[in-house]
Amino acid sequence: MMEDTATRAQASWFQATARQRIDGLLDPGSFTEFLGPAERVQSPHLALFDLPAAFDDGVVIGRGTLDGKGVLLAAQEGQFMGGTFGEVSGAKIVGLLRAARDAAGGGNGKDDLPRAVLLLLDSGGVRLQEANAGELAVAEVMRAVVEARSNGVAVVALVGGKSGAFGGAGLTAATCSRIVVSEEGRIGVSGPEVIETNKGVEEFDAANKALVWSVVGGKNRRLIGGADAFAADTMSGFREAAIAVLGKVPPFDLKTLKAEQARLAGRHSKLGGCDDAVGMWKVLGIKNPPAVRDMDEDAFTGIADRLKEANHDAR
Amino acid sequence: METLKIKHTAKSRLAGKKDQAIIGVVASGNLEVLLERVLPDTRCEVDIATTAEGFDDTWKAVVADFVERRSPGGLRISINDGGARPDTVYLRLMQGAALMEAE
Amino acid sequence: MTLDEVLKGLFPGGHDVKTSKDGWITGHGKRRDGGPIAVIGVANGVPLGAAGVLPLAEHVLGVVEKGGDTPILVLVDTEGQLMARREEMIGLNEYLAHLAKCLLLASQHGHRTVGLEYGRASAGAFLATALATDSLVGLPGAEPAVMDLPSMARVTKLPEDKLKELAKTTPVFAPGLDHLAQTGAVAEIWDPAKPLDGQLEAALRNAGQKDVRDQLGAERKGRPAAAKVARQVIAAATGQTHDAAAA
Repeated sequence: MMEDTATRAQASWFQATARQRIDGLLDPGSFTEFLGPAERVQSPHLALFDLPAAFDDGVVIGRGTLDGKGVLLAAQEGQFMGGTFGEVSGAKIVGLLRAARDAAGGGNGKDDLPRAVLLLLDSGGVRLQEANAGELAVAEVMRAVVEARSNGVAVVALVGGKSGAFGGAGLTAATCSRIVVSEEGRIGVSGPEVIETNKGVEEFDAANKALVWSVVGGKNRRLIGGADAFAADTMSGFREAAIAVLGKVPPFDLKTLKAEQARLAGRHSKLGGCDDAVGMWKVLGIKNPPAVRDMDEDAFTGIADRLKEANHDAR
Repeated sequence: METLKIKHTAKSRLAGKKDQAIIGVVASGNLEVLLERVLPDTRCEVDIATTAEGFDDTWKAVVADFVERRSPGGLRISINDGGARPDTVYLRLMQGAALMEAE
Repeated sequence: MTLDEVLKGLFPGGHDVKTSKDGWITGHGKRRDGGPIAVIGVANGVPLGAAGVLPLAEHVLGVVEKGGDTPILVLVDTEGQLMARREEMIGLNEYLAHLAKCLLLASQHGHRTVGLEYGRASAGAFLATALATDSLVGLPGAEPAVMDLPSMARVTKLPEDKLKELAKTTPVFAPGLDHLAQTGAVAEIWDPAKPLDGQLEAALRNAGQKDVRDQLGAERKGRPAAAKVARQVIAAATGQTHDAAAA
């Protein structure tokens, strides 16, 4: 039994399904799902395109405990339709965030809901078969994240799945109080393939894996301040990082956004002229920037945690 | 898309106390299987929605094998299929039954 | 309508709205009652990148810092987010989200925010601007699209004709102002033959802090499930029954 638990804690987050991640992340047996698969809240649109639905539309939501403390949680299934935001999958996340907002604001008479929401993002963005509904769902999610944060709810994005966090998911991540990323976690707006298709292979060679990781991968995001914590690609890695970042989150107010304005303006003037990621890391003051790629977690975390740009409350 | 309903009489009720379980993910070559303990003890029904059309006989054979092997009495099993191979289907059904047997 | 025509129609009492050579719109207009309205936006269909976000977000933060309840108008004509390796490298997602957060902060501080879609708009740039306002309106001829039909045909592997046919029965995926109105994204489509300043005043009156887009989408039958699902989740989270939530 001990061995089982230990093995499970070391299982890859990248390879896991949404439900496996929830099992590995939360305290054992603590999760209660809302609108579970048996309720069959699924997409009313995919059949038009002759595509199979999923009983949960690719998003698992509910509540549980993390290190003994209550959390609300939404997990995207990156293997189903690329984890995309559709009408239903998006609305499930919106509802969860609104419930947290209302409870924290005293609006629905239930103040026992947790003041923390974890978003396990694994998404290429908007589901094109439901493009308008999906885009709007992202807009509603972003608004609901902000409203929840304003009421004192900590909203934390965890990114380390196969579909990464692109398009609307990339914007959603950056709307959260904190972002946890693994080396395998990729965050961006336009995916490398999309840029290559639209702008040509000279602009972005999506087949060049090393290039892709250096641009959108977790290490670059952590170093430039685009993510607040770096997790090992394991259940326990994400669990530990989530517990740590929940300890202190920035409030959502004018002061925070003015600080973010200064941070992003500073980054643009400092790093905007760099040709590649290694060039950026050099400007940031990393002594041997090409070595970043092969650094193990401890060495990398040691460097990232000392870097001014990477550690801030400006989000 | 094609839908298919298969009904069986099982020898006995599937052991265990779990009311429901889900296993697998809808993806190319994969499927999700939702198991619910909602039927009388000797009945088993399987509802399938699949992208691969014209494989009725294959589905019937795989489900018959599964029922013979596990006797999943009491279960309504619902499947969303992204074109999984028969061995994958069988594997998921067996995994699902094992989950239902958990305490 | 051109940007100049739009600005003339919106602010017959005058304005100091400027468009930079890169296409970033900032300034103030004079409302019917003589009070100010802050204006930001993207012109000429240019793509929105990190450099574009900064002056726009700064203008919004300036409005919030000053206090009061000066509303904010967001004019949108952009082809979408700037697609470039370097933009992604320095974290474009953070820049776009920052602009959206600034607009949402303004809304929370009592500044009504209205988006006016007068040209193109798509994807990430749409989320950072128009879709981050309290209320979005559109002028006929505007062409908002999450993705164009030819690209969608490639991704979905369905012929364009089939998609056009599907678009007639479901507004959930196809580009265009009417479809976005049906889903609740666009609150209203303006009449260019009527004075724009009056329509702006009406839009400001109708803009509120509460996000009602999913309800609007349900009423207009363009998004049948979203509002109901969100309510069901809230009910499940707070332990009410679904029926009570639906009532």
